[in-house]
Amino acid sequence: MTSNVISASPAWMLSRIYWREAGYEFLRMLRTPAFALPTLIFPLVFYVMFAIVLPGRWGDFDKSAYLLATYGVFGIMGPALFGFGVGLALERESGWLALKQVSPMPTGAYFFAKIAMSLCFGLVVVILLSIAAVGFGDVEIALDRWLLLVAVLLLGTLPFCAIGLWIGTLVKGQAAVAIVNLVYLPMSILSGLWMPLFAFPQFLQKAAVIWPSWHLAQLSLGVIGQISDVRYLLHVSVLLLTTALFLSLAAMRLRGR
Amino acid sequence: MQKPVSENGPALAQLIGVSKRYGKTLALDNIDLAIQPAQVVALLGPNGAGKTTALALLSGAVRADSGSVSLFGGDPTDWRVRRQIGVMQQSANLPETLRVAEHVRQFSGYYPNPRALDETLAMAGISDLAARRYDALSGGQQRRVQFALAICGQPPLLFIDEPTVGLDVESRRAFWKVIAGLRAAGTSILLTTHYIEEADALADRIVLVGKGRVLAEDTPAGIKARASGKRIRCTSNLDITRLAQWPHVSSATREGHTIELRSADAEPLLRRLLDADPQLADIEVMPLSLEEALAALATSETITLEQAA
Repeated sequence: MTSNVISASPAWMLSRIYWREAGYEFLRMLRTPAFALPTLIFPLVFYVMFAIVLPGRWGDFDKSAYLLATYGVFGIMGPALFGFGVGLALERESGWLALKQVSPMPTGAYFFAKIAMSLCFGLVVVILLSIAAVGFGDVEIALDRWLLLVAVLLLGTLPFCAIGLWIGTLVKGQAAVAIVNLVYLPMSILSGLWMPLFAFPQFLQKAAVIWPSWHLAQLSLGVIGQISDVRYLLHVSVLLLTTALFLSLAAMRLRGR
Repeated sequence: MQKPVSENGPALAQLIGVSKRYGKTLALDNIDLAIQPAQVVALLGPNGAGKTTALALLSGAVRADSGSVSLFGGDPTDWRVRRQIGVMQQSANLPETLRVAEHVRQFSGYYPNPRALDETLAMAGISDLAARRYDALSGGQQRRVQFALAICGQPPLLFIDEPTVGLDVESRRAFWKVIAGLRAAGTSILLTTHYIEEADALADRIVLVGKGRVLAEDTPAGIKARASGKRIRCTSNLDITRLAQWPHVSSATREGHTIELRSADAEPLLRRLLDADPQLADIEVMPLSLEEALAALATSETITLEQAA
């Protein structure tokens, strides 16, 4: 009897569980204004303000194209950090995670749902930014370049999902909101996502290499041709290592319960 | 009503010699427990007895420090094995922004052969709340949704932790009726409770636990018989430590010159008492309430020299 039930998990049933889980995760985050509004609207508002409304040029840089890449990074970080960090912290506190852990849900579905949700929100943010950039910022970008940028940004959510996951294992409940904000906002600013780094003191420019968001910004700026001589391999390696490091830290915390 | 096939048949869920420690607290101490098909088992005991830990082990939430845990012959930490159980925990809060029907659909999707949505909602008594968001429900309604998630997959075995805590009398009766219906349909249920009347009303078998150990295991009638003790009060100078070791004495306390004994078998004890102390006076014999008797069992047969607890 047991073996029958265990073997009766065809791939289609499994994938339906995964997608349904992702759908409900997306739906409930969309219905949570404290999550949906800041993650969807803030990057757009900041971009419109700094890239379009405020006048001025920075040397040879195309301001609205440059900031499209960096606000794109800022935009995909939010859902990943908040979705995983605050999501997990709240679900641990409410007992929801405990109930899921004894339900017949494959563990992978939980993480898949959160990653898929982060990607969907990230994609919406990038599309909103792109509409503003092309429609009001006079940015000209070829479709293939744009698709490449989207791909880089979406793959770039992974290290931030991992960092968020780790934060979610460290603290419970609303405390995670504060912690995520303390990580998210300073890291964004110090990586030059709000304003290009050359507006910053020399030592802050040098220190930017420690932030994963700086590495992702280098990649994004590179693929849309805003900076040259980008060491793609280096940045990709740093982002992969960051992902692996924080996933391991989170796994240790989760197992150590 | 379906009767258990055989007391010795393969158990649906089983703990054998299981111990579990949380930090310095030994939550379960070498415990044995088995749930047979089509049986309702009540884990009865005071808070901290280890009831919730036993459920957590059987539902795969935690792993045992030692001993063996089996669920349908498999390991409950494997999610596929858990398709045969439904769980209602004591303190789970579901995401607030999803509607009742969405919650039930999500959980139904985990099971290979779920109940129809309408049927689940009707059984849990929440048909009229299907379109409501979880955060718009009262506490009792939220408990019903959590119950709906436990039964939506039609699993052959349910784990229910303190099902009626915080429910009013009417809701509690309604819940008992649903449990009786599930039991009649052949579902096995392991529930924890610290209400004796609840265990008595629902269970085929009561397992009395205290301090992480099984103190007694019997039918409700059997447990009641064991617990049908008497309280004997009298004035005497007999040594209380020695009294506590007498065969028919389950507990002995002293308060000044008055001693109080609890016993399941009062008559032979009285005879022996009168023989042992010719000065003995002021005898009073009173029946113990079931609660008192079980509490005496649950704190195990220790002597309390302080004031009666």
